[in-house]
Amino acid sequence: MSAELSESLARFFIGGAVVSFFAVLAEIFRPKSFAGLFGAAPSIALATLGLTISSHGPRYAAIEARSMVLGAIAFLCYAAATAWLLWRHKPRALSATVSLIPIWFAVSFALFLVIR
Amino acid sequence: MIVGARFSAIKGIKPHEWIIRFVFGGAVCVAAGLIAQHYGPVVGGLFLAFPAIFPASVSLVEAHEKQHKRRAGYDGANRGRIVAAIDSYGAAIGCIALAAFALVFWIWLPRTSTWVVFPLATLVWLTVAVGLWLLRKRLFHKPRQTRKEPNHSR
Repeated sequence: MSAELSESLARFFIGGAVVSFFAVLAEIFRPKSFAGLFGAAPSIALATLGLTISSHGPRYAAIEARSMVLGAIAFLCYAAATAWLLWRHKPRALSATVSLIPIWFAVSFALFLVIR
Repeated sequence: MIVGARFSAIKGIKPHEWIIRFVFGGAVCVAAGLIAQHYGPVVGGLFLAFPAIFPASVSLVEAHEKQHKRRAGYDGANRGRIVAAIDSYGAAIGCIALAAFALVFWIWLPRTSTWVVFPLATLVWLTVAVGLWLLRKRLFHKPRQTRKEPNHSR
């Protein structure tokens, strides 16, 4: 098995486990505004940064973390827009979250172009 | 009690809901790695904050609340969407903590041991998330008005 494939498999299983763990936390906590905090937990980062550090070194991972700040700002815009749309117009949650996902792409890539 | 934990909620998660979260989470982690490999760490890093399971979790929150209300004899569609909005609002607060987590990694990773940065960043994330949530509750939460007792003294 190639090193690339085994790293992807490790990412898949570690990522799946970490994301599921945070999803369980989001399910058990009340009130829902508190549980929502875990919807934006650093699950992907916790799952993959360790592997990135071991394969590419800490400086490479630090560059990824710098971009992650921009991704988090984009996520903030996306989650705030979703909350507003659901509160104000009450569409189905899946329709709202999927239709607004371009906000994440637009904001994160706009910020990426600004700091490039 | 400000925050409570209901462990029995785990039993309510159906097998296909576990699978959706596991597969989506795993797939986004693989995708983030592949994007970083092809386009470099600057573009790949953006995907470390990709809302991987956010659409799935918000829809599941809506579905669970709807089911809960239906069992009580109500339609529950509206209530489900309001709870989904509240959950999304919590996630928006969590994003500020997510940025703080990334900031710790960015600043400290080249300077200190990985074994220090991981717990430190996680602690900063948790502190900022809970701190902001409590601050919001303190600033914007209006206490429920209690009905005034009629004054019979006169």
